[in-house]
Amino acid sequence: METFPLLVPLLILVPAVGTLINFFWGAKMGERAAGYIASGASIFTFIISLLIFNYLSSSHAPGVVVEPFLLDGWIRIDALNFDVNIPWEFRVDSLTGTMLLVITGVGSLIHIYSIGYIHGDEKAPRFFAFLNMFLAFMLLLVTGNNLLMMFVGWEGVGVCSFLLIGYWWDKKGEIGWQNSNAARKAMILNRVGDLGILMAVFLTFWTFGTVDYYKSGESSNVCYMLESNEHAGSLDATHAEYEEALEHEHCGHHEEGDAEHSEEGEAVAEGEDHSEGDEEHAEDEAHSESDEDHAEEESHDEDDDHSADGVVAADDHSEDDGHGDDEGHHGTVFTIAELDNSLFNPNQLGIFNQAELLMSLDEGETIPWAYDALNDEWTERGREVHIGPFTWDIRFTIGLIILFLLLGATGKSAQIPLFVWLPDAMAGPTPVSALMHAATMVTAGIYLLVRSSVFLDLVPEIRFVVAVIGALTAFAAGLAAVGQWDVKRVLAYSTVSQLGFMIAAVGIGAYVAAMFHLVTHAVFKALLFLGSGSIIHGVEHGEHHVHEHHGHGHDDHHDDHHDDHAFDAQDMRNMGGLANKMPITFLTYLIGTFGLMGLPFFAGFWSKDEILLEAYLKSFFEPELSTIEITGALIVFGLLTVAAFFTTFYMWRQIQMVFFGETRSEAAEHAPESVAWMTVPLMILAIGVFWVGFINLPKGTWIFDWVGNWGWHGGFHGFGHFLETTIPSISEHAAPDFNWLIALSTSVALPAFAIFLAHSIYAGNKAVVDRDEAHGELGKDPLYKNPATRQIWVAANRRLYSDDLYHAIFLRPYERIGKFLAETLDWNFWHDYLHNNVIKAGYDAVSEILSKPVDVGIIDAVVNGVGKVVSFFSGRSRGIQTGYVRTYAVAVFVGVVVVIVLMLLPLLLNGS
Amino acid sequence: MEQGFLTTLILFLPMVGFTILLFINEKEQKEAIKWTAFGFSIITFVLSLVMWAGFNNAEAGLQFVQRWTWLDIAVGGTNITSEYYVGVDGLSILLVVLTTFIMPIAIMASFRAGVLEERGREKLYYALLLLLEWAMLGVFFIQDLIVFYVFWEVTLVPMYFLIGIWGSEERVYAAVKFFLYTMAGSILMLIAILFVGNYTDSFVLPEITAQISEFAQVENSQAELSFWNYSSSQEAMAVATGASDFVADESPLSANVITGGLLFAAFFIAFAIKVPVFPFHSWLPDAHVQAPTAGSVILAGVLLKMGTYGLVRFNLQLFPVEAVQWAPLIATLGVIGILYGAWVSYAQDNVKKLVAYSSVAHLGFVVLGIFALNSQGIQGATLQMVNHGISTGGLFLIVGILYERYHTKEMAAYGGIWKLMPLFGSIALVVAMSSMGLPGLNGFVGEFTILLGSVGSEYLGFFWTLFGTIGVILAATYILKMYQHVFMGDVIEAPHADENTYKLHWTELLVLIPILIATFWIGLQPGSFFDNMGASTNALVEHVEESYEQFEAAQPDAEEEVADDEAAEESEGDSEENSSE
Repeated sequence: METFPLLVPLLILVPAVGTLINFFWGAKMGERAAGYIASGASIFTFIISLLIFNYLSSSHAPGVVVEPFLLDGWIRIDALNFDVNIPWEFRVDSLTGTMLLVITGVGSLIHIYSIGYIHGDEKAPRFFAFLNMFLAFMLLLVTGNNLLMMFVGWEGVGVCSFLLIGYWWDKKGEIGWQNSNAARKAMILNRVGDLGILMAVFLTFWTFGTVDYYKSGESSNVCYMLESNEHAGSLDATHAEYEEALEHEHCGHHEEGDAEHSEEGEAVAEGEDHSEGDEEHAEDEAHSESDEDHAEEESHDEDDDHSADGVVAADDHSEDDGHGDDEGHHGTVFTIAELDNSLFNPNQLGIFNQAELLMSLDEGETIPWAYDALNDEWTERGREVHIGPFTWDIRFTIGLIILFLLLGATGKSAQIPLFVWLPDAMAGPTPVSALMHAATMVTAGIYLLVRSSVFLDLVPEIRFVVAVIGALTAFAAGLAAVGQWDVKRVLAYSTVSQLGFMIAAVGIGAYVAAMFHLVTHAVFKALLFLGSGSIIHGVEHGEHHVHEHHGHGHDDHHDDHHDDHAFDAQDMRNMGGLANKMPITFLTYLIGTFGLMGLPFFAGFWSKDEILLEAYLKSFFEPELSTIEITGALIVFGLLTVAAFFTTFYMWRQIQMVFFGETRSEAAEHAPESVAWMTVPLMILAIGVFWVGFINLPKGTWIFDWVGNWGWHGGFHGFGHFLETTIPSISEHAAPDFNWLIALSTSVALPAFAIFLAHSIYAGNKAVVDRDEAHGELGKDPLYKNPATRQIWVAANRRLYSDDLYHAIFLRPYERIGKFLAETLDWNFWHDYLHNNVIKAGYDAVSEILSKPVDVGIIDAVVNGVGKVVSFFSGRSRGIQTGYVRTYAVAVFVGVVVVIVLMLLPLLLNGS
Repeated sequence: MEQGFLTTLILFLPMVGFTILLFINEKEQKEAIKWTAFGFSIITFVLSLVMWAGFNNAEAGLQFVQRWTWLDIAVGGTNITSEYYVGVDGLSILLVVLTTFIMPIAIMASFRAGVLEERGREKLYYALLLLLEWAMLGVFFIQDLIVFYVFWEVTLVPMYFLIGIWGSEERVYAAVKFFLYTMAGSILMLIAILFVGNYTDSFVLPEITAQISEFAQVENSQAELSFWNYSSSQEAMAVATGASDFVADESPLSANVITGGLLFAAFFIAFAIKVPVFPFHSWLPDAHVQAPTAGSVILAGVLLKMGTYGLVRFNLQLFPVEAVQWAPLIATLGVIGILYGAWVSYAQDNVKKLVAYSSVAHLGFVVLGIFALNSQGIQGATLQMVNHGISTGGLFLIVGILYERYHTKEMAAYGGIWKLMPLFGSIALVVAMSSMGLPGLNGFVGEFTILLGSVGSEYLGFFWTLFGTIGVILAATYILKMYQHVFMGDVIEAPHADENTYKLHWTELLVLIPILIATFWIGLQPGSFFDNMGASTNALVEHVEESYEQFEAAQPDAEEEVADDEAAEESEGDSEENSSE
């Protein structure tokens, strides 16, 4: 059991091997074999993830640091100021475990689905190779134990995204070029975000001397470790004091049912077989005493008594740490009892605990920070951070780090201002959209921010920015989704909007809600995308059928994705009435839609509600919060409620357009249901949409109390408890109880109204008006026909002018200035004019004067003489006539020969 | 002594190969010429691996040393002594291995070069390549200023002929420009070298460095000026120890208070042209575009590194105080180079020109790292020199392979190569990503470390890094543009294509594989490379810091802000004030 996390390196290795096999031998093995290998690798990672998850959830184990085999450390620099040591190290904790299940679970289904979807594509083995490569990088992203390893995965998935969005770059003509353009756009905009990550890494390193999240043996949530601390007082007392403070202030408020535990400051979730708590109190007392000692006596010499132990402990650790972090603990799994942050010197902690420690200091206060074994003394450190020539307060530095991380997150998770790439990314094959651009890759930004929750909590003012960006994105993208015709683009904007929900949740400090929504969204959005893939596939087949039927000159290659004619199989105007043609797809799609709308008991109900509830509570019922936080919560609550309305509206619009009414094209008329490879994953995901919401069942109402008591293994707020070991702030707040007001208003009344509205606008063959296929007029939206809503609809249809803005502000200026720099400045002016005219002309003028009397008369004669001698020996080197330079070159060469002879002479004479 | 012999052996093996080549009959033994050249370069490479394996990471000073005096003459009362003094330390060992690594690749890449078949003179071609290798190795090995200068100049000659004879249409223009441009800088350096030698009575680099270090060790309030601002090194020491008062104006060599700055500038310009640092880059696109493939590979792979290596070896080691004073200015040039190079590169329509300008951007990173003047920056810069050699060298190889088939460098003439040549397209993707700085590949490690160093640099800081990091975004724009235009899009067939056109010849594959291996190796496990340079870099950084601290501590008064952002301008102002006293 405890060894399961040690399997983590396999999570990367197996898909990587799958990639290589498919890349080199895929073409030989054929499409099906490639699909099996890729799916097998993916299912293998899913099984490992299940094992790990099971271990984590059953034991409520804290994080484990695992070192990989094969690879030594990564970037390690022996430096005068701060040694750089960035290892290849994995971290397995509940946050990672959650992501692992989402990635491998959804990933495996999508791999299987792809076997059906990509059938007939000549490059299929390469497609599977890319999918596996993506899986490897994505798993690396969530398992890395430091920011830089995360960044490797981060950029790696970016490249996979580039490759897969542009997968059909080889379609003929303009379409292929647009595909590769979309790919390039995604990569470059992501790189803008990467600037943020890189800057954050730099600042983190120079602030904390490391970029590791947590070191091996270090606890992320202090509440999980205090009682079992067997080394109380072993380090300097300030650190312990800080822990005391934490213990008394924060831990144990989360679970009213565990009242007696709370009093003792123990915060362990139920189901936790952790019995040592009470015995340790004696130790704890000693702890406090030494604290007082320290508080009273500031001078260091007098501290010797109790810091002597500290020095010993520190000694051991500084030795260990110098050479690859605790060899003794290498690859071992820690029990809670073994976790003990006081074993570390402050400077040996991971970034988050260091940050908390520094932030807990007062202005001007310093504490022993790093132990210098050479001189046997402690280095003091206060709140100031020295980064190059600047000295900043720790608060400012962390705020800056968060802003840079946020920039990274807006890139990968498609938030304002970098979201324009995601809708274009729909150029890729649909499984790719489902896997990367809905379920997993785009959630990396949320993962990153939740991972950095400690930072975010330390500077709530900056978290406000996060909240506003998330809420605005959710709102704007929700609006834009209303105006789309492309079945996948609706979902793309929906994804952007839902990611905005998550980011906003992070922004108000509701990390559990954010992660919860991430999980449920992964399931229902993957379902929706795969469903849309099934629809598109069906319509394409219908189109295929129509062509064959009419005896059109049909291409001989069995490659229906590559048809170049004008018919757009993704345009909802060409659909309609598909409910009867594709019943499984329809039913599963409907379930996914309900999940996304958050209708009661579907997945989105639980998670979206929790976000809105948290925002609502923070807006009105937590007066102890600062004004800026309350404002943030209000903004989030307001915008997200509207966004939730949009969500229901555009989804019902889509349902009406695609599945109901009359079929509007011949292709749709002949659309068949998809093969089992595709429908089975749909059904599995549809079941998931029912089930997944129950992982974080709220308390406080008889229905759920009954369900919970009925034996749901996770218990109430089970997901929150699961994450608690990783996200310390969860211990500080009680999880919100079920709230009838919010549930009834946002999940029943609001959707009902939105569905009613959408239904009255689009139902009964009104979904598309003015359609005239004969004249290529695909039809208009009823909202467009109505003058009152026309402006809004047009804005939504034009993606709120984001692309125009992006072109006008960034792309065109970049290209124009680039052209100017390259052609005018660099070439015409600098290269041609300055060098060829000014300098050369001046030189020519001078040489004109010199050459006639001086050169020809004297120098040329001499040099020519030498030249003749040399050319006699090296005959063939006289290739070209270049005037002065050539003579000079020869002269240099002669000189060299002379020097060599002189240089080697002693060697020959002395024989030394 | 035995160890030192290895250095000499590595250095002169290409020279031996060069000599042997001259005696092979060109008409009858074409194959023999190729393989002799390749064999010698491979043996050199193997020997350099032996040296690398025997390299002691803990040793900061020179290793594999061999030295003797070859010139010792008295001119007008002064002794001019020059030594044959070779050795490697942590700063040069990787560049030596890079040189010997790139050479066999460049030679093998020439085996199928159409231009050789067209213009002939294969013997001369391969002989020049070996001569070039000899000269480049000399630059990295030699520790004596005069001999260094000789080798520095010799590198020009073979490259001049390589471009001039086997280049493209405007080869003569490019070759002349390359030669003149570099010469202009070199002359300045020669003058500076002569001054340095005269001043310190030695041309041996370690000895001069030792003198400077010694000077920096002396605690004395009178030593308020840079080491170089006395009339001789003896006087500098005398002043520092308090044995005499400073009397600059009466000294015979008319040393004055800005000598240090001038000497520094002379060296800097020579190296900056070679690197090339913006705005001295005008020769580079010409040379790169016109040079044959092997020439471009060597030019990008090794020759440019001579400039950055010179900056580390001479500007930092000989002029620690001036280096610190000028650091913000030069780092700014580096950052401008990063942005400007990338931006201009993006606007190119010519593949080779695009790659050439990308060199300006990459080397901007190196310059930024060097003048961060801390261990992270300099180690990152040194590794980035190697990385650039590998990834940009690789890109030129790729362009060369394409050129052999399409006979054009215009991007518009290519399309859909990935479809025509799937394996080649994938390899090119890896190399392109490495050039773009994808984590896990080599380019990232160097860039990351450089930028990390520049944030923590006492003399630069946050803003340099921010702008430098923007260069990482721009790198994506031009690399992806190139990849999209050449390897994606509609398929454009090569002129006169037959079934063999799109197959990679085994020599072409063989030159790309080492590039790929190095790309992944450095990307995943750069630790051993950093270990190689750790001790030497730290010694160098300590040398710079100590010298500057001493200099700063001895400043008369109230000028504590010299280490600040505007150190360069301020210190120039300071110098002028001092001189007017």
